[in-house]
Amino acid sequence: MPLLTWHIQDENDQYSSVGSLDNVRNVSTIFKSIHFRDHATYFATKNGIKVTVENAINAFLQALIFQEFKVQEDMTSSIAVGTLNALRMCHQGYGCPCILFLEEERAVTVCKINTQEPEETLDYDFCSTNVTNKIILQSEGLHEAFSELDVMSEVLQIALSPDKLSVFGNAGSSHLDYLKDSGLVEAFHCNQTQINRYRISLLKPSTKALVPSCKVSIQTDNRGFLSLQYMIRKEDEQICFVEYYCCPDEEVPEFES
Amino acid sequence: MKFRAKIVDGACLNHFTRVSNMIAKLAKTCTLRISPDKLNFILSDKLANGGVSMWCELEQENFFSEFQMEGVSRENNEIYLELTSENLARALKTAQNARALKIKLTNKHFPCLTVSVDLLSVSSSSRIVTHDIPIKVIPRKLWKDLQEPVVPHPDVSIYLPVLKIMKSVVEKMKNISSHLVIEANLNGELNLKIETELVCVTTHFKDLGNPPSASEDASQDRNPEQMAEVHLEIRKLLQFLVGQQVNPTKALCNIVSNKMVHFDLLHEDVSLQYFIPALS
Repeated sequence: MPLLTWHIQDENDQYSSVGSLDNVRNVSTIFKSIHFRDHATYFATKNGIKVTVENAINAFLQALIFQEFKVQEDMTSSIAVGTLNALRMCHQGYGCPCILFLEEERAVTVCKINTQEPEETLDYDFCSTNVTNKIILQSEGLHEAFSELDVMSEVLQIALSPDKLSVFGNAGSSHLDYLKDSGLVEAFHCNQTQINRYRISLLKPSTKALVPSCKVSIQTDNRGFLSLQYMIRKEDEQICFVEYYCCPDEEVPEFES
Repeated sequence: MKFRAKIVDGACLNHFTRVSNMIAKLAKTCTLRISPDKLNFILSDKLANGGVSMWCELEQENFFSEFQMEGVSRENNEIYLELTSENLARALKTAQNARALKIKLTNKHFPCLTVSVDLLSVSSSSRIVTHDIPIKVIPRKLWKDLQEPVVPHPDVSIYLPVLKIMKSVVEKMKNISSHLVIEANLNGELNLKIETELVCVTTHFKDLGNPPSASEDASQDRNPEQMAEVHLEIRKLLQFLVGQQVNPTKALCNIVSNKMVHFDLLHEDVSLQYFIPALS
């Protein structure tokens, strides 16, 4: 298995963040799932590493999945996501170039990545106290919703009610229901009926995370903001999450059923 | 001018097919040089090739059970033909389980290399498939541009790592940059490096070994740690690596600092030399 280690040096040449990962492939799947913009912002804390793309998509890698993980101070930086997949995995540090080592049979690759000032991140302010509805589905259930409905639609309408989740596309002419007691639904908590519309163009990027995931948590808050959280289980049973936030489209009127 | 040859041995046929496949991947159009003892596939370093050149050589008696040729004249007992490599590879594809393969120079409406494949069909009756590959006879006055390249004395000579690994590294680098640096030293170390504004990536290969040097003095003077480097277009290096489907029996890389890289390979008994010039 390719082995990845990385070192992030600060001005004093001290390694301020060190980590190593035995199986790079799993993490590269996660990065592939968020790779649709050139830049990402990276937060390293004691708990793990969070990579944010476009302020709305987060991939969180818990510290547990790394064989060695040490962060001296929380760091934020931004890197070129475009290099992520070509190199199989990249990390970054603040200010100074981050150095990554990737060992494969008989070849060692060293990457020095220059970092840039991170953009201000938008806080969607999605907190658990304001969550009105929450559903956990097995991912295979959502495949259909995303593939069938998005062909002609520009907007997806998501209706959450106490007995089902309905997804409408094509201005209402096609729809899928997920009933509360269906085998695909693992948890269903719906306090109030909510109907919101979201632009497909904003939701589309999340489908990349859908493929490798096993479960999805769909939540809406009192403003109609949508949170999609994909759980990706690695080969060794450890778990990583990719989250998407989407705000509702106020301009499009409700679909006629 | 006459040429006719025959292969009857299955292993020789397969080997010849592999060689033609490799040539088809390395050069769209090439020169086939026929002489009494050898066959050569040649690509000369014209501007159209981006300065890349190739010299592939095989001993005819290792392949052909029958081989007759008569060159342009008695003093110049050679034939130079220009052909589209893919045509030869395609013709040989049908010869996979053939009983025999015949190649000869013909003139049917236009000059051709005619490849006849003698197939043994299911019903044990013989079937012959014939391919007429159009060729252009290259006049003698142009032969001087098609001679075996003189290999300049390299700064560093090193054995290559497994080509499949090298190819996969270069393929990934292609996504980040259009050119790379290949460098090596007399300590058996070879590096492939790319550098952009955002990132520098270096892949290190160690313990590769260096062949004994031809000239003792030169290598004694040189610091074994010191790297000789050449800037290359990734596309050209990748084209060479893609052509090597099978790992060669021997693979050597000669670096002339800032001038060119010379790859010297041996696929069993077929030698291939490939030259890539430095980026200007």
